[in-house]
Amino acid sequence: MQPNVLTNAYDVRSGAFQTAGDASASIKRKLKQIGVDSGILRRIAVASYEAELNLIIHSLGGTLTLEMSPEKIVLVSQDVGPGIADISKAMQEGYSTASEEARDLGFGAGMGLPNMKRNADGFDIASELGKGTRIEMEFHLK
Amino acid sequence: MSEQRFHSVRLDKDKCKGCTNCLKRCPTEAIRVRGGRAHIIDERCIDCGECIRVCGYHAKYAQTDPLESIRRFRYKIALPAPSLYGQFKHLVSPSQVLEGLKRIGFDEVFEVAEGADIVTRAIRERMRNIRPDQYPVISSACPVIVRLIRVRFPELIPHIIDVRQPMEVAAMVARREFCKAHDVKPEEVGCFFITPCAAKMTAIRNPIGHETSALDGAISMLELYGLIAAQLKNVPVNTHIARASSYGVGWAGSGGEAMAVCPEHSMAVDGIENVIRVLEEIENDKLNDLVFFEGAACTGGCVGGPLTFENSYVARNAVHALMSGCDIAHPDEKVKTAYLTTYPLTFNRNISANSAMRLDDDIVEAMRKMEQLEEIVRSLPGYDCGSCGSPTCRTFAEDIVRGYCNRMDCIHVLKEQLKVMAQQMVELAKTTRE
Repeated sequence: MQPNVLTNAYDVRSGAFQTAGDASASIKRKLKQIGVDSGILRRIAVASYEAELNLIIHSLGGTLTLEMSPEKIVLVSQDVGPGIADISKAMQEGYSTASEEARDLGFGAGMGLPNMKRNADGFDIASELGKGTRIEMEFHLK
Repeated sequence: MSEQRFHSVRLDKDKCKGCTNCLKRCPTEAIRVRGGRAHIIDERCIDCGECIRVCGYHAKYAQTDPLESIRRFRYKIALPAPSLYGQFKHLVSPSQVLEGLKRIGFDEVFEVAEGADIVTRAIRERMRNIRPDQYPVISSACPVIVRLIRVRFPELIPHIIDVRQPMEVAAMVARREFCKAHDVKPEEVGCFFITPCAAKMTAIRNPIGHETSALDGAISMLELYGLIAAQLKNVPVNTHIARASSYGVGWAGSGGEAMAVCPEHSMAVDGIENVIRVLEEIENDKLNDLVFFEGAACTGGCVGGPLTFENSYVARNAVHALMSGCDIAHPDEKVKTAYLTTYPLTFNRNISANSAMRLDDDIVEAMRKMEQLEEIVRSLPGYDCGSCGSPTCRTFAEDIVRGYCNRMDCIHVLKEQLKVMAQQMVELAKTTRE
C-alpha cells in the first residue's frame, strides 16, 4: 500500500434498496472525521450517493471504492454488468433505463450520471456490454 | 478551540449508575461512561436533552435560572414561549397565562409568540433575496438543530437562515417598549425567557450568530407550572392582554413555523433522529424542490421540550384550540415595517463549523488515525454493547485512537485474552511438573 493513501471498498448488491445509502453514508462519515472541507464533502456526498444508487438500480452488483490521499479523493464504481449500450445517451439529463420497480420507489429520474459528473472535478466512464461499467470520479483537495 | 462553553445539560454524579441508556441515545456521541459514571464531552454536546429524557435515575438535568434570580432587577419582564400555553387545560385565551405570570412576580409580560410574528415577517423578507443554491432554507429557531448542523452537517451551515430566534427579538422589543413607557434605564430591566428546554438556556448564555443575548436568563416551565396553575383560578376569563397572532402562537408545535413562513414547498420534521435522517437527504441533494425546512429536536416541537409538564400531544392540541381565538392576520400584514428597521433582527456573526468530531487537525495525521481506527474496528466483536463506556464499537475504536482507552477495556476482548492466558498457564504448569 502507498503511504498516505487510505482505501475503503464497499460491496453494493443489485436491488438492495433496503440498505441504499449505507455505503455513501459511511463514506461521508469517514471524510467528516478526517476533516475534509465541507464544500468538497457535499459534492462527494451527492456523487457517492448517486453512484451507490446506480449500482443498486442498474447493475448486477459491484463495488464502490474510496481512495484518499492528502491531495485528492478518488471514487470508483465498478460493476459486473450488464454494461451501458450508449454512454452518450446515458449521460443526458432525464434519460433513464430504470426498471418499473425502481421508478415506483421514486428513482430513475435520469439525473444520476449527470449529477456525478457535475459534482466531480474529474469524471471518467467506460463500459462494455456484458462485462460491466467503471466510473472514476476525482475530487481535488488542494 | 477557545470558544467559551456553557451547557445547561448537566450530570448529577451521585445519581448516575453508569448504565448505558444515555450513552446509546446521544445523537452526537457526546457521552462516555468512565469510572462507573457518565461524562459529557463538552465540545460535542448540543444540549438536546435526550439524555435527560432517557435517564431512569434522573441523573441528567437542565440547569436553568431559579425564579428568585429575577430579583436582581428592579423591573422584571416574563417572556413565555408559546408552548407554555399548552401546559394548562381549559384555557380560553393565552391572556390568562400572561396575567398569571404577572401575579407571580413579573411587572410585565411579552409574548415570544409576538416575537415569532416579527421573525416570520423578517424571514419572509429575507427569503426574497436568497440564492437558489441556499435552498432549502433551514430554520434557525431550534438551537439544538443549529448546533447539530455545526457538529454533524457543517456543509449545511450556509442553508441556515440568518434571522434571530423569536425569544431574542421579543426581548429586544419588550425591553425597549418597557423603558419608553416607564421612563427607566435598560439595565434596570430583566428579561426572562420561560423555557421548555435546556437548549434555549444554553443559547442565551452562549448565542450562535450574534455576540450577546437580549435575555438575562431562562426559567424552566416546570418550575413555574404549579405557581401559574394556582394563579389561574383567580384570573378572570375575560382578560385581554395577548397580542400575538395565531401564526406566532402556532410556532409552539412542529410545523407552526413552516406554516407561517413558507406554507408551500416546506417540510417540518420533529424528533432529533428524524431530523438527522432528513438532513442526510438534504446533504445528498435529494430534496431539491424544498424551499424551507423546519427541524425541531423534540417530538411535537417545543411543546415536547424536556422541561414541559404536559404530554406533548395533549399540549399541541391545547395550543391548536387557543389559536382559533387569536388574531388571524398574517404577520406580513400585522407586523409593522418599523420593527424590521428598528431592531437588529439578523445575525452579525458567521456560524462556524464545530470540529469536535475530527480525528486530527492535520489531514495526513487524521487519515493515519482513520486507518488505525478501521483496523481496530475489525478486531472488535461489533456487539455495540456499551460495556466499555463508549456508545458503539466504532466510537470505542475512535477513543482508542484518540488515546482515551485501550483494547482491554472491551470485556469481550479481555475475555478472549484471559482464555489465551489461562491456556498458557496450563501449558506452563505442565512443563514445570515434568
